[in-house]
Amino acid sequence: MENPENVIEVRNLEINFHTYAGEVKAIRDVSFDLRKGETLAIVGESGSGKSVTTRSLMGLLAPNAEIKKGSIMFHGDDIIKKSEKEMQHIRGKDIAMIFQDPMTSLDPTMRIGMQIAEPLMKHKGLKKKEAIAQALEMLKLVGITNPEGRINDYPYQFSGGMRQRIVIAIALVCYPEVLIADEPTTALDVTIQAQILDLMKDLQNRIDTSIIFITHDLGVVAGMADRVAVMYAGKIVEYGTVDEIFFNPQHPYTWGLLNSMPTLDTEGGSLSAIPGTPPDLLDPPVGDAFAARSDYAMKIDTQQEPPFFKVSDTHYAATWLLHPDAPKVTPPAEIVRRQQKFAAMQKPEAPIKSDTKE
Amino acid sequence: MPDERKKILEVHHLKQYFNVGKKDEVRAVDDVSFDIYEGETFGLVGESGSGKTTCGRAIIRLYDPTDGEIIFNGKDISKLKGKKEMHEFRREMQMIFQDPYASLNPRMKVKDIVAEGIDIHGLAKDDADRTKQVEDLLETVGLNKDHSSRYPHEFSGGQRQRIGIARALAVEPKFIIADEPISALDVSIQAQVVNLMKELQVKQNLTYLFIAHDLSMVKYISDRIGVMHYGKILEIGPADEVYGHPLHDYTKSLISAVPVPDPEFERNRKQVAYDETAEMDGKKRRMVEIAPGHFVRAAEDEVAMYTQRAVDAGLITE
Repeated sequence: MENPENVIEVRNLEINFHTYAGEVKAIRDVSFDLRKGETLAIVGESGSGKSVTTRSLMGLLAPNAEIKKGSIMFHGDDIIKKSEKEMQHIRGKDIAMIFQDPMTSLDPTMRIGMQIAEPLMKHKGLKKKEAIAQALEMLKLVGITNPEGRINDYPYQFSGGMRQRIVIAIALVCYPEVLIADEPTTALDVTIQAQILDLMKDLQNRIDTSIIFITHDLGVVAGMADRVAVMYAGKIVEYGTVDEIFFNPQHPYTWGLLNSMPTLDTEGGSLSAIPGTPPDLLDPPVGDAFAARSDYAMKIDTQQEPPFFKVSDTHYAATWLLHPDAPKVTPPAEIVRRQQKFAAMQKPEAPIKSDTKE
Repeated sequence: MPDERKKILEVHHLKQYFNVGKKDEVRAVDDVSFDIYEGETFGLVGESGSGKTTCGRAIIRLYDPTDGEIIFNGKDISKLKGKKEMHEFRREMQMIFQDPYASLNPRMKVKDIVAEGIDIHGLAKDDADRTKQVEDLLETVGLNKDHSSRYPHEFSGGQRQRIGIARALAVEPKFIIADEPISALDVSIQAQVVNLMKELQVKQNLTYLFIAHDLSMVKYISDRIGVMHYGKILEIGPADEVYGHPLHDYTKSLISAVPVPDPEFERNRKQVAYDETAEMDGKKRRMVEIAPGHFVRAAEDEVAMYTQRAVDAGLITE
């Protein structure tokens, strides 16, 4: 591992899917780190590769997927090289996952207590009685009322929000080092979503899990993430701390995403939609994949792929706009407003930072 | 001024019960009243199970309402009988559905999907006219005429929703019920569809009933908003007022739960809890106009409290 604080290091990952139409280049050279105890949010549209990336961490890729290149280091071992049998020891124990739809990720024919106890019996070798006792503790932890009375209920007897709490209980019962949450609240109402997000934050503090949070809801990201990676067309196009991405974004795609969302203060006028649709990854475009939808595209964007340019020690963006020779452009008004806020936030913090260093 | 505008839809004490008289009777919509003015967008928000979709479906008569009146253009459509009357009514009112994958027949070509209404109502003189109308409609929603001979599976989610909109527009309706039309779409595509709907509204003088749970989008597109919970409307008012100065505790709680794409705001978020039992104390409640055009479902002894809230929020002076 390059950095002892990293739990997972993904390097130069490339994944193709074999389809009748040809090879879909779903993940194109993706690298990122996950640090201990942090929440890393991966945002992007459907088809951007965020779910495929995280499924590769679990060894859960579809049979027609092929990992062309790259490595996923976890505790000094490359997950890609592990056999299915070895993965079964990691999955659910060291790396656990919460899926989007709580109804399809629970077994409808199994009592929920047993579903929570199963990983304990499998991974920790607990006897059924002990495992059920721990499952009961877990039900209390995730806030199911009257857990003693409900431990023998079936999934259909719970509401959507309660089911997602049970899914979280299953994922966390072995105290995994890494929790992957793939759109865990997309199917839920805002009030229930707020409860589930609070619960995840609370549990993260208690058991020091690292979370990879996949979502397309930037509001949720703003509340959950420590760091954010923005994916587009199978690549990470920008990553940084949550403040850097929301208040000092550099990539035109990140601008477009932030700009197309109405906030509760947005007044009339039309929303700034990103025109067009994402490219077909059967035949990814040359250069910056976002160029065709971008108002800020330059000639070089259609010829050569932009490398990552450094914005700060923690913030990088792959756009030619950051090249020293690039013309100065003015981002959309909403982004300018955010950047002004960022500049204002930096000032008062500066002296505090220098104090803590000494 | 609101009073001078024409009411295109008046819903009076609408009730939609299921399994009436049985043990598992569900009161999905329970005594709901509201008006929609011509040319405006009325947003109906609420959590799943609040009855907002049922309410929309009852209005377009996909259900037979249990009780109440639905007056559309001066005619009570809750009592429509027979095929002919329903036929005429459905030309005036159309619907856009939530799931663009499920609401288009996968075995039909786009031109036949869009032209289904034209065929049923006999709006085309001949084949050439039908083709022309379909092509115009596709262009209106931002697709091109080459798309007309393709099948739904060849389109992305956003494009499919455009096809759904073209189908709804085909019979030149006055009123469109949009039931969560953008919930299944990606963020960048949501804005495209919302912009298209706004543009069409101005061009064709449409009135929308926009049903959604995404509060920030509803606020953006709506002129007025109704907040539903457990089959009842708890608050109705101008969009800015309902969001800026919610009077009912439930609305406050709902708005406080909306995630905002601003990390600084999120760090300081204060979520307001809502006590559901407050509605179930058996008191008689009705919609009371607390501020001009701003109604809250209140019991007699609560009116003073809401009025005070409105005064504090600067909506009214004593």
